Amino acid sequence: MFITAASAISPQKSFRNADGFTAVPLTGGNRLLCSEPDYSSLIEPKLIRRMSRIIRMGVATAIDALQQAGVTDPSAIITGTAYGCLEDTGIFLKRMVENKEEMLTPTAFIQSTHNTVGAQIALMLKCNSYNNTYVHRALSFETALLDTMMLLKENGTSQVLVGAADELTDQSFIILERFGLFRKQPAGEGAAFFVAKASPDAAIAEVKGIRTLINPGTQQVEDAVKTLLQTHGLGADDVQLLLSGRTADTAMDQYYNVVEQTIGNEAAVIQFKALCGEYPTSTSFALWLACITMQGKTMPGMTDASHVRYAVIYNADKSGYHSIMLISKC
Amino acid sequence: MSAPVYIAGLGAISGIGNDVAENFRALREGRAGLSAIRYLDTVHKNTFPAGEVKSSNEELAERCGWMGSDSRTAMLGYLAAREALDDAGINGSVAYRTGLISATSVGGMDLTEHFYPHFLANNSGGKLRQVVEHECGAVTEKMAAALQVTDFVSTVSTACSSSANAIMLGARMIRNGLLDVVIAGGTDALSCFTLNGFNALMILDQQLCQPFDQQRRGLNLGEGAGFIVLVSEAVAKDLSKPAYAKLTGYANANDAYHQTASSPDGTGSFLAMKGALEMSGLQASDIDYINLHGTGTQNNDASESTAIRRIFGNSLPRMSSTKSFTGHTLAACGGLEAVYSIKAMEQQCLLPGLRISKPVIEEEGVMVNEFTNGIPVKNILSNSFGFGGNCSSLIFSAI
Amino acid sequence: MSREQLIEDLKRQIVAQLNLQVQPESINADEPLFNEGLGLDSIDALELIVLMQQNYKIRLVNAEDGPKVFQSIGTMADFILENQAEQN
Repeated sequence: MFITAASAISPQKSFRNADGFTAVPLTGGNRLLCSEPDYSSLIEPKLIRRMSRIIRMGVATAIDALQQAGVTDPSAIITGTAYGCLEDTGIFLKRMVENKEEMLTPTAFIQSTHNTVGAQIALMLKCNSYNNTYVHRALSFETALLDTMMLLKENGTSQVLVGAADELTDQSFIILERFGLFRKQPAGEGAAFFVAKASPDAAIAEVKGIRTLINPGTQQVEDAVKTLLQTHGLGADDVQLLLSGRTADTAMDQYYNVVEQTIGNEAAVIQFKALCGEYPTSTSFALWLACITMQGKTMPGMTDASHVRYAVIYNADKSGYHSIMLISKC
Repeated sequence: MSAPVYIAGLGAISGIGNDVAENFRALREGRAGLSAIRYLDTVHKNTFPAGEVKSSNEELAERCGWMGSDSRTAMLGYLAAREALDDAGINGSVAYRTGLISATSVGGMDLTEHFYPHFLANNSGGKLRQVVEHECGAVTEKMAAALQVTDFVSTVSTACSSSANAIMLGARMIRNGLLDVVIAGGTDALSCFTLNGFNALMILDQQLCQPFDQQRRGLNLGEGAGFIVLVSEAVAKDLSKPAYAKLTGYANANDAYHQTASSPDGTGSFLAMKGALEMSGLQASDIDYINLHGTGTQNNDASESTAIRRIFGNSLPRMSSTKSFTGHTLAACGGLEAVYSIKAMEQQCLLPGLRISKPVIEEEGVMVNEFTNGIPVKNILSNSFGFGGNCSSLIFSAI
Repeated sequence: MSREQLIEDLKRQIVAQLNLQVQPESINADEPLFNEGLGLDSIDALELIVLMQQNYKIRLVNAEDGPKVFQSIGTMADFILENQAEQN
């Protein structure tokens, strides 16, 4: 699967700023909010008035990725979102409680549906193609990528728009904080979209393979990393960059230790959640980072990225979902 | 890519029954499951009839063998998925690569809406265990753990077409050689959130709904879960009983017209049906029965019937909407209606739509209005269309 | 309440409720609310029904009356005044 365009809105200044991008570890307390661009050149005012942040961010990165790739009518639109449209969900719930189920307006309800981001993109593009939304926790984006890979296999000429979006709201932050999720790591959010196709022309990076695991043991993770590399004729020393989902929260350390020991000897290790915060589809931001590194951008702690040929993204979510992606330069 | 995908097991729970056999009996006897709301706590309980599963959460938890703190969505989903797996005779004795692909639109909202009043009054209020399963994925996760599925687990949420898309993904993973067995379908519990949402859209019928009738006034909501077990050819040969049918066609398209309404010319539904037919290699005239999306809203039924005429011209297959029995079960409807369609094929019968006095499609005999036995049924088209323009069609064929 | 005052109130309420990206004063009371005018759609119509109910206690009983009542802010004001008169 070749990536021909990538766009991300994140707590970093990432949007339409791949050239000038400098990743900075953020110090915004334990809640990192997205740095949102001016949307006026991307989304008509008539449409944006109903869009909550997740929808704006998702639609804007999708449109940007398509523009970069010069694609106007993608063969498929595939979105991953773990939480869905939380802002609108919260608005409708609040009114429902306060108004005791009377005199409710439908807008927030309509916009709260999980497939709203993908649907709004289709609506803006007048795109009648395949459209799907995956909502499976920390594998939402990975499932979207897996679907994309199958579509490209099923039809070699496809150009697929694939991405992920999740928003943090005041309410979701409080609730997740009560679960203790942000004691040692900042909460994050973001949207990233990519254009993917089966042929390498004009590609900026290649996603060579993805492995996902559910509640594995450390040995299984190690085996999966090795197998993924071997499948592509690679050994641990061939990887120059590990984008690791590790944070200061130590709960998943045993897994990160194993992966870092397996491929970290020669590779620079970057903890991408220091840049975007913790959220279930944060691997989409990591893929964006990998894409721009393959184009020569350096990351914090890395003076030169020109030697990076292979990168691995590894994420171990506390809910038991692990994913490993192998990315290569084109 | 065209390796056959077989359906080896069926599971269903809805307002018309707690398992496949009860559901089918109600369909045969013409008994709808729509009535005044009894289990959901809402101010609208006597205003809008709904197709509730006739069990309390405690009763469902007992059937699941669970503690009783889980989302109704997870319980309904587990019961139907378990039935489907048992029906297929897959008990874990052979290590097939197995996946669970579920669909839901509400997830654990049924519990979240109990948490919310306390949380709104005080941000440290409300029991956290009521939001543990809020995420759609968390509901599937609970089901997967109980079913002991670990190879692949995912959740689809494309509003009312969700479970048709879950079935599609399952079939594609088998065809791509990634899995051998997939339990695919969807589940949605009735919730105040959806009931009030549809009420705000002013598309709920205060009487019993009349899908595909000219006098239709809107939809009744329902709840339930429907799952089918998809298997590869190799697994189908392995199993002790013959598979029910093959999934020969599927397609997903987007209407790209409006966030909630369907286009007047039915573009999305037309493309979904056309794509499914093309994949199956069948002619339109090969379709013996259409299980309609048929919600009973002015807009859906007009758009769907227009799209059907564009595909089938004047030689319309027989068709009905079983939502006249179950109500609209949202993300579960594609799964439930897949089960109904496959049962209709197994039993060689046509399922009726209820309460039709002036059919939208007026040609004699096209709208099935009573249970009809002894009809050769080889190919069935099942439609599921949703908010956000998401339209999907599935075709099941006799083996 | 005078018709002029009601129209000004409605402009503000509609802009706020529908999150329109225009200044209330820039709306002409006779310009069409839907399609080519302010560009509202069927979802907004449902919002307007609730807005009238909430702010003016007026229910639009027949959905078929919608297009006539919601032609412009002027026609909405007329409908509200007429119904308020009936209620009194």
